[in-house]
Amino acid sequence: MTESWLTQSGAPQSGAPPSWVDGNELAGALAEVFAVDVTTAQGVCAGCGRMAPVAETRVFDRAPGLVARCVGCSAVLLRVVRGPDRIWLDLRGMACVQIAMPGTGGASPDGPGA
Amino acid sequence: MAAARTETPAARTLELDVPDWPAHRPGQHVDVRLTAEDGYTAQRSYSVASTPGTGRLELTVQRIDDGEVSPYLVDVAQPGDAFEVRGPVGGYFVWDDADPAPVLLVAGGSGIVPLMSMIRARSAAGLRVPFRLVYSTRSPDITIYADELRRRQRDDRGLDLAYAYTRGVPPGWRRPPGRLDGALLREAGWPADLGPACFVCGPTGFVEAAANLLVDQDHPADRIKTERFGPSGGGAA
Repeated sequence: MTESWLTQSGAPQSGAPPSWVDGNELAGALAEVFAVDVTTAQGVCAGCGRMAPVAETRVFDRAPGLVARCVGCSAVLLRVVRGPDRIWLDLRGMACVQIAMPGTGGASPDGPGA
Repeated sequence: MAAARTETPAARTLELDVPDWPAHRPGQHVDVRLTAEDGYTAQRSYSVASTPGTGRLELTVQRIDDGEVSPYLVDVAQPGDAFEVRGPVGGYFVWDDADPAPVLLVAGGSGIVPLMSMIRARSAAGLRVPFRLVYSTRSPDITIYADELRRRQRDDRGLDLAYAYTRGVPPGWRRPPGRLDGALLREAGWPADLGPACFVCGPTGFVEAAANLLVDQDHPADRIKTERFGPSGGGAA
């Protein structure tokens, strides 16, 4: 996994950067595992501390699985690989996930940090 | 697959009958998986185009020439064919019809698809929430949903449309061909102090540029929801 195609600002360099989409793409794969929609949650990057909706991460999907990276520092936040009879899920890069829950009070409708 | 209709030379709407399909929320997508005879599978995400809770599930798919899935869906699949869909999924890029805030939709090419589901949902529910759509497309002849949008512009009260044609413009069009810019967004969008909910969908580069323009116009980041297709903008999500 090379970082060299990302500039300091995280913008893709000219040349042939890998294509990326965003964390919305993770919804189907994660729905197989979690009872809530994790793409609406706020994730905290273990590398730089940036908090952002999981749906707004950068997702690279031209691999055997899906790799989500932090928009701020490009560190890997999450990897998910679906095999025929199992799923590998690597969440090391995510220090914390905040999930808005209905009816628990306190949280704004837009979720923590809004 | 129950039926299909051609939208443009490169895009087709597939009407699917899915057993026990739950109503989607406008903006959600599905994952489509194709399996070859040798067991090889390919999966892509496509936005739902249709009105929630009514009739068949509709996906509008734009062909990516070197794609693995979209050429099949646009050119090959016939009524009677079957393939796997998973969904509806994605709770982030979703318009909440209980939110009274005005809505700004910004579409790049086939990024119109999930935004069209929002426009159709608004109309079907008889809501008057003011909607503005700014639609960047190459030229009028390859504009997905051009006829329906023309009709809705006339009939759907509170829906305003503006186009940024990037290559070819209709005769007498006052804006020269060019990309979406801040001036057009300012003119055809909503001022930030009205607190609009903004939805931006299209190819990754388009979404990055359009979201930055909105931030430059003081829209708060948490009111700008985005969905990126990748470099060439064929699928969704």
